[in-house]
Amino acid sequence: MVTAEATIRTVPKSESGIWSWITTVDHKRIGLMYGVTAIFFFLVGGLEALLLRIQLARPENDFVSAETFNQLYTMHGTTMIFLVGMPIAVAFFNYLMPLQIGARDVAFPRLNALSYWIYLFGAIFMNASFLFNAAPNGGWFGYVPLSSDYSPGPNMDFWVIGLQVLGVSSIMGGVNFITTILNMRAPGMKLMRLPPFTWMTMVTSFLVITALPVFAVALFMVTFDRFFGTRFFDPMAGGDAELYQHLFWVFGHPEVYILILPGFGIISEVIPTFSRKPLFGYSLVIYSGILIALVGWGVWAHHMFAVGMGPIADSFFAITSLIVAIPTGVKIFNWLATMWGGTIEFKMPMLWAIAFLLFFTFGGVSGIHLGVAPADLQETDTYYVVAHFHYVLLGGLVMAIFAGIYYWFPKITGKFLSEKIGRWHFWFYVIGMNMTFFPMHIAGLLGMPRRIFTYSADLNLETINMIITIGGFLTGIGALIFAYNLIKSLKGPATAGPNPWGASALEWATQSPPPAHNFNNIPVVTSREPLWDDEAAMLEQANGEIKKPIHMPNSSYWPIFTAFAIVLSSALLMTGQWWAPLIGFGLIALGILNWTHEPA
Amino acid sequence: MASHSYAAGGAVQPAEHAHPGVRKYVFVGVVLCILTAAEVAAYAIDSLASILFPILLVLSTAKFLLVVLYYMHLKFDHRLFSGVFLLPFSLALFLVLSMLAVFKVVAYM
Amino acid sequence: MNHTAVAATHEETSTGLSNFKLGFWTFIGSETLFFGALISVYMVYQGRSVTGPYPSNVFDIELTTLSTFVLLMSSLAMVLALAMVQKGSRKGSLFWLLATAVMGMIFLGFQAYEFTHFVHNGLKLDTNLFGSTFYLLTGFHGAHVTVGVLWLLALWVQALRGQLGQGDALRVEVAGLYWHFVDIVWIIIFTFVYLLD
Repeated sequence: MVTAEATIRTVPKSESGIWSWITTVDHKRIGLMYGVTAIFFFLVGGLEALLLRIQLARPENDFVSAETFNQLYTMHGTTMIFLVGMPIAVAFFNYLMPLQIGARDVAFPRLNALSYWIYLFGAIFMNASFLFNAAPNGGWFGYVPLSSDYSPGPNMDFWVIGLQVLGVSSIMGGVNFITTILNMRAPGMKLMRLPPFTWMTMVTSFLVITALPVFAVALFMVTFDRFFGTRFFDPMAGGDAELYQHLFWVFGHPEVYILILPGFGIISEVIPTFSRKPLFGYSLVIYSGILIALVGWGVWAHHMFAVGMGPIADSFFAITSLIVAIPTGVKIFNWLATMWGGTIEFKMPMLWAIAFLLFFTFGGVSGIHLGVAPADLQETDTYYVVAHFHYVLLGGLVMAIFAGIYYWFPKITGKFLSEKIGRWHFWFYVIGMNMTFFPMHIAGLLGMPRRIFTYSADLNLETINMIITIGGFLTGIGALIFAYNLIKSLKGPATAGPNPWGASALEWATQSPPPAHNFNNIPVVTSREPLWDDEAAMLEQANGEIKKPIHMPNSSYWPIFTAFAIVLSSALLMTGQWWAPLIGFGLIALGILNWTHEPA
Repeated sequence: MASHSYAAGGAVQPAEHAHPGVRKYVFVGVVLCILTAAEVAAYAIDSLASILFPILLVLSTAKFLLVVLYYMHLKFDHRLFSGVFLLPFSLALFLVLSMLAVFKVVAYM
Repeated sequence: MNHTAVAATHEETSTGLSNFKLGFWTFIGSETLFFGALISVYMVYQGRSVTGPYPSNVFDIELTTLSTFVLLMSSLAMVLALAMVQKGSRKGSLFWLLATAVMGMIFLGFQAYEFTHFVHNGLKLDTNLFGSTFYLLTGFHGAHVTVGVLWLLALWVQALRGQLGQGDALRVEVAGLYWHFVDIVWIIIFTFVYLLD
């Protein structure tokens, strides 16, 4: 019989080698895999964008055909949103949230792994379409009837099937994170003591589990139209294409909050740390995040002002769209108030956070313009819209992600990203991004439509488009410098201790990088800023002698097996036979059965 | 074997409270049958056609509540379970109502 | 004796509640959106089919009422199955778990019969909007029932092997939550699709 002493002192060892990664259920490893995959697809999506911009640099250009152009912008949007934006947030949720709440892992570790592998296989499936020169080409929203009747090839099949599968992955992740945050907090970690990033994880997860099922229904309807002869949106059959738009945007608007709220969470961590001041108005920041999510469920048809819904619908959605800007404004003011009177340290994370405040606000302002329905009639479907959402995404989300990566890199690797290279990254990116997207406001108002593969020289838009394209390349260089920084810094010295920035939340109590079991002892939390109130005690609890036996979940290959079975089943629908996916169901059942029978 | 909760002060709390016995469950089952019969009867009686909708709405809501509160035990369980269900469910209700509003009401204004 | 203490977990959680149960309720919340969207589609398109057959041409309310009773009573069987597992009664667990699964299968049988009857009357998935929206909604519901039946049968097999004791009541409880949810979706479908056409 094992002695009590031996059990208590045993610390689970982490494994190495590719099999350990394939079978991992460790939230930190899964987070890393999400992050690496998302960064890879960020470069893919960026390449797609640059190809678009080369084509548009000059009027009547013939760098790519119209068909290729359609594939490029569809995949650029689809990739950036579903293969980059959402997964990179999940990367952060996965790595950090359990550490922030003082847990050893998420509630359902194998489900977590399943979510990742479905994402990877689904992403590969969708991009495999390029091999057949049949990448999705119906725009990232897949409006009918273009995506059904007028897309006879396999292109949009890849889209409807791929996104359906990715949606399943996201929903499972959402359930996992909500359960973890509610149910696995350290002693004393009351909800209103949660770090703001964890709060945003929970709010985003609720958005995911509520919005994605609606998209699933819309996707099923298009899938059935494409494969089984239904005519859900055919007016000759009594159908209405507008129904697709409503269902899509009921998902699509919460989706953009799914994209940005994690960014808000990151900013709420970075600014207090580098201002050496607690987050100003913590409760307000949390409640406004919740309010954004709730009100954000009531604004979707501001994407449809030009559809002809009538003045009552238009007015309703214009009003709600303006209202939803208020809680966002509240957050901005709270971040500014946090900085006011603080001791600002201009390290890279903070530079990005400050840039975020400025450029996200730019994007927010153009969003207000779009929310005013009559103005939108001029701006919709022009480059004005493209300018807006790229500002909130590249000026908002991506800058927040950069802030987060520079911030947490020392925790994850024990090393620092180079500040010097960081500044090159920063300025190339900021200048490039503004040079790319600011002129788009003007181009849009001058009448340049979206999603056109070329334009006439008579429009006098050549100079603007050339500037935009050059800006795009500068931005791309910035991204490459970032990749260089990552790679170079990984080879650097491991100089980061547990809390190199002097931050306040629990993840900074443990080693850098954290051991597989996160904390030697789960800390007991007594305040909202545990490390500011008693860093020594937190460090001692997290890294001191292990006092209770630690049980870590076992690795398993059933998640990757089941993920493969799920994506395979879905892909079999491409054969056009309704029974083909059922072949894969047997494999799925096998995976689930074995999974439920192995010890957790 | 009871789960431990240590959120606030470390006291051990029981996972659930007392719940109905077999008799109550069978009784609920009988009521569900009666409600269903009433629904079908209302449907069948032509003179009720003009108020069929509110009648069925009330009856089906009652059935829904009985199953959710008693069979799914939400009446007796921790409020958190109700919370994680009711929030999305409210959005689902909102979705159905707004789709109906957009296509059946506003479209004709 | 307090039954509920038996249905508890051995994991330490910040609320004292089971991860599995909490996660599953969250999932059920998500599913309400899925079925909510499906029901919205059905209701938005009610009365818009350009050609028949129409609901009144094919619906057999007596038959559907029967299948509704069966599904409703299967929920009763389910709570009884849970009570038996919580009590530790092997015989009771076996009987009521199987009863629930069998009633589910009877419901599916009714559905299969009904669908076949509809197809013979000219209502297929691609015939008109009614066919498309009806089969989409009830098809997904039936698929959910099927998964539930398989889940119950798996539990029944475990009970047969003596692997479903009092300590496993939580897993039966969660299966029950799924089953009851599928039942309440049907309550809504029965009312808004069949009785209010």
